[in-house]
Amino acid sequence: MGLLSKKDAKLILDPLSDDNPITIQVLGICSALAITAQLKPSIVMAISVIFVLGIGNVVISLMRNIIPSKIRIIVQLIVVATLVIIVDQVLKAFAYTLSKELSVFIGLIITNCIIMGRFEAFALGNGPWRSFLDGVGNALGYGVILIIVGFFRELLGSGTLFGFKVLGNSVEKTGLYAIGYENNGFMVLPPMALIVVGIIIWVQRSRNKALIEEH
Amino acid sequence: MAIDTEKNSYTIIFSIVMVIVVGSILAGFASGLKPLVKANERFEKQQNILYAMGVNNNEGANDVEFISTDVVESEFSKYITRQLVIEGSKAIEDDKAYLIDIKKEANKAKDPEYTRKLPLFVGEKDGKEIYVVPVRGKGLWDAIWGFVAMDKTMTIQGVYFDHKGETPGLGAEIKQRFFMDDFEGESFLKNGDFSGIKVAKGNNDPKNMNKTDQEVDALAGATITGDGLSAMLKKDVKMYVSYFKNLN
Repeated sequence: MGLLSKKDAKLILDPLSDDNPITIQVLGICSALAITAQLKPSIVMAISVIFVLGIGNVVISLMRNIIPSKIRIIVQLIVVATLVIIVDQVLKAFAYTLSKELSVFIGLIITNCIIMGRFEAFALGNGPWRSFLDGVGNALGYGVILIIVGFFRELLGSGTLFGFKVLGNSVEKTGLYAIGYENNGFMVLPPMALIVVGIIIWVQRSRNKALIEEH
Repeated sequence: MAIDTEKNSYTIIFSIVMVIVVGSILAGFASGLKPLVKANERFEKQQNILYAMGVNNNEGANDVEFISTDVVESEFSKYITRQLVIEGSKAIEDDKAYLIDIKKEANKAKDPEYTRKLPLFVGEKDGKEIYVVPVRGKGLWDAIWGFVAMDKTMTIQGVYFDHKGETPGLGAEIKQRFFMDDFEGESFLKNGDFSGIKVAKGNNDPKNMNKTDQEVDALAGATITGDGLSAMLKKDVKMYVSYFKNLN
């Protein structure tokens, strides 16, 4: 990467694998359960979080020397809430149908612990550029897991991807359904998101033994 | 930095400034985007009204398909020939009738002195006059509303329902095709008198073949939403009965 120094590149790449916010730090699980029943909301959520966390980290980083430490959590909360409201308003103005579909999910970003976690752990102690990279990196790491989970849940739960019937028609018994395949309705329910995330964690740790915690 | 960020006075000043800054940013955004948001809401209403009277892109699709927002305004003026506001026994033509907020009107109408303004949209499709009335009521969690398109004998030509916060998968299904399409052909009148249409459980007519029973098969697990819908149809459509009586 010519644009980024090695240290900066690490900020983006680490959260994608060895320091993933969901599978390693186990943050942001709540929204990973709530919205991953389908692929499309997972992707929109990932994009929104990249925006909010990238900008939010820069804002907090710029203010890091003037924020009174007594009220820093509230200040962080205000920054997240402001950005989320802006995202919501912009969607309402320019993508009204999408915003109707996603209104609840967009509001959910405020409760995403990854955002507060990065503000507190990184942006308060680092410069704006590095904070921006860290924010985007962590949001990407979050988004990747969301999209993987969303992919499997929609494929196995509803037999579709982005709403397209990729496995054949379950009512007319075509494609895979013709040989007796059935959708797993359990995949659509939140507990299966937790199990899918668990499987990802298992695969990741069995490939990289350094990630296994000592007890 | 020479500022002591730990001082109480600093903390208070900081929070005040922060609130003012954030408040103005958000206020700026909200008022700057307001015209766009309002336009979107207006288009949605026009789409809904047209959807109810059968002007939609449903052909060949399983889901609700509105006509596109690019053409909705021209289609609306093409299909909706007259917009009326009914006040008491008068019916006044008013091309802004679709902007009447029926929630506000319902609140104002609690005052017995007030004559409620009732919007009515008269459209023409395939040579047939269609009358679209807005309805609004309560579901389980929050408001439900919609548009009912009828011919002059109060037989339903199409409906559109929407909701604010019904349970996904249960009450929220009122805006699905398989539920809304069932209303087509049902009549509000029984032997010439208004009696409403009921969302009924156990009417032994799941495919809704019987169009004279004034019942539509209910959604499983959505009893209260369904009851709210029946009540909404009965209450709001009833207000138009005298107008329809004069038509015939």
